[in-house]
Amino acid sequence: MNNTELTPGITKLGRPPSVGAKLRQFFAEIKRDAFVYVFLAPFLICFLIFIVVPVCMAALLGFTSYDGFGSLRFIGVSNYITLFTQDVIFLTKALPNTFLFALIVGPGGYLLSFLFAWLIQQLPLKIRDYYTLAFYAPSMAGAVALSVVWIALFSGDRTGYLNQFLLGFGFIENPIIWLQKPEYLMKVMIIVSLWMSFSVGFLAMLAGLQTVNRELYEAGRIDGISNRLQEVFYITLPSMKPQMLFSAVMTIVGTLKAGSISTQLTGVAVTPQYAGHLVINHIDDYAFIRFELGYASAISVMLLLVSYFAMRFAYRLFGSKEEL
Amino acid sequence: MIRKLRRVTSFQVMLVTAFTALAAFMSIPIIFILNHAFKPQSELFLFPPRIFVQDPSFRNFEILLLHASNAAVPFTRYLFNSIVVVALTLVGVIVVSTMAAYVIAKYRFHFKGLIMGMITLSLMFAPETVSIPRYLIISGLHINDTYFGHILPALASPVAVFMLIGFISQIPNELLEAAKIDGASQLGIFTKMVLPLSIPAIATISILTFQGAWGDVEPSTLFMQSETMRTLAFYVNSLISGLQNSVAGQNMAAAAGLLMFIPNLIIFLLFQKRVMETMVHSGIK
Repeated sequence: MNNTELTPGITKLGRPPSVGAKLRQFFAEIKRDAFVYVFLAPFLICFLIFIVVPVCMAALLGFTSYDGFGSLRFIGVSNYITLFTQDVIFLTKALPNTFLFALIVGPGGYLLSFLFAWLIQQLPLKIRDYYTLAFYAPSMAGAVALSVVWIALFSGDRTGYLNQFLLGFGFIENPIIWLQKPEYLMKVMIIVSLWMSFSVGFLAMLAGLQTVNRELYEAGRIDGISNRLQEVFYITLPSMKPQMLFSAVMTIVGTLKAGSISTQLTGVAVTPQYAGHLVINHIDDYAFIRFELGYASAISVMLLLVSYFAMRFAYRLFGSKEEL
Repeated sequence: MIRKLRRVTSFQVMLVTAFTALAAFMSIPIIFILNHAFKPQSELFLFPPRIFVQDPSFRNFEILLLHASNAAVPFTRYLFNSIVVVALTLVGVIVVSTMAAYVIAKYRFHFKGLIMGMITLSLMFAPETVSIPRYLIISGLHINDTYFGHILPALASPVAVFMLIGFISQIPNELLEAAKIDGASQLGIFTKMVLPLSIPAIATISILTFQGAWGDVEPSTLFMQSETMRTLAFYVNSLISGLQNSVAGQNMAAAAGLLMFIPNLIIFLLFQKRVMETMVHSGIK
């Protein structure tokens, strides 16, 4: 690694220095780079306090029994054993629900984002911005603001907009209580989350599409690429890997966050018959309703692990180096 | 040449038509909230229900802004809190993240690899997953019920730092070297060169930070016990939580929701071009 950066390297000694000298050099370098650490400090302190420490604390709390007020008791892995052997609601409701929800909203939303970003790229330059805005606006408005819309649209009686529409065309005979019936709640949650899934990742993809070198398409055509699908797979996607990866990571975060949608739609923390119960709701249930903080932390550790592996998978797909 | 042009055009015409329909469909929630917010109470109960407002009025906004008496905390207080929190968060995130990103992008120092790795790893961090330890830390620091409780957690923004690193690396080293030779101090280089040069990226993280802070209910619900310290997003959230079985408050909630959406929209429209410029540089390589 040669030093192209602004700080000049200290000239290397001829023979290997002793431990003391190494240590002295280490501190000398720290002192030389002092301003670097000063510049880093504010971010690093907040980063440690509000991200690194909470994750470590969650990992530790997962091995304890703690109600937030009394004493903290170390109980080993029994939280995890309970989670995977006795917690019926977690095993039969939260886990399958989350699996279904995350699989459709995550990869589904990701593919739709790419599809629409690609289609927008095919439009004339002048009108692209309007379409970008149309797709991006729902996620920009945010889940909180849009809940008003969903509640009115999916209202359970005859005056609900969706009910009225379906009744008018004769698809259904009686109004459906969309947000309280267990068999519909999950579907509504998925549709609504997909609607709001065109967020930062979508913008990154749009930007990535602009970076693809036009000449590559010409070259590809000469080399025998015959249709647009081949163009996408052999030229577009490989050229915008960095943005695809960034977008994938953002999608994972977005899917994790989307859990609160069930609470916003139904108005209760735990949905009727656990129909829309996701792992993140399960954590909230145990943490802020039952105050079993140790157990809730154990669940959040599992969630963090799963999202970590999802991210590694995304790196496998699009990453250029294997560092994580 | 002409044949080729015509073929492209017919494909585009088809695409535009189909796509316009799709875009219109996607905009339903926005159109809906816009109309609902201006509906007088009587129109909410119309049968069959109509999406478009017939007799628009500013009554809902008036009630929200002026009619403060039936709530313990007036609407304007939530609005004030939101504005204070978002403004301070924005300034804080911009300064803190640009400083960190500048040294990470341009200098070599101990632990750089470690810090970079942690930032990349924490891109997927969602605060919701570890809300318990965060709650414990905030109360341990005694910053619940203060503006610090809103702002400090938001300052740790790996996404912002990450995007800025991608962008600042593109600034030529020669430029900074030249400034150094001309006798500029580190602080001078940062304020006079790095900050102005990274304006596009700063615009982008401003949008993201704004959206995040403006719509975040987590600090208000978890860290703020006093109602007077909670934000607009929390207020809107509490308005809708009573709506599941009643139509009556929908227009008010829609008006409040629209008030939440408008600033987002304005900021996005202002900075959209810059966002695209930045995104080009900030993929994960």
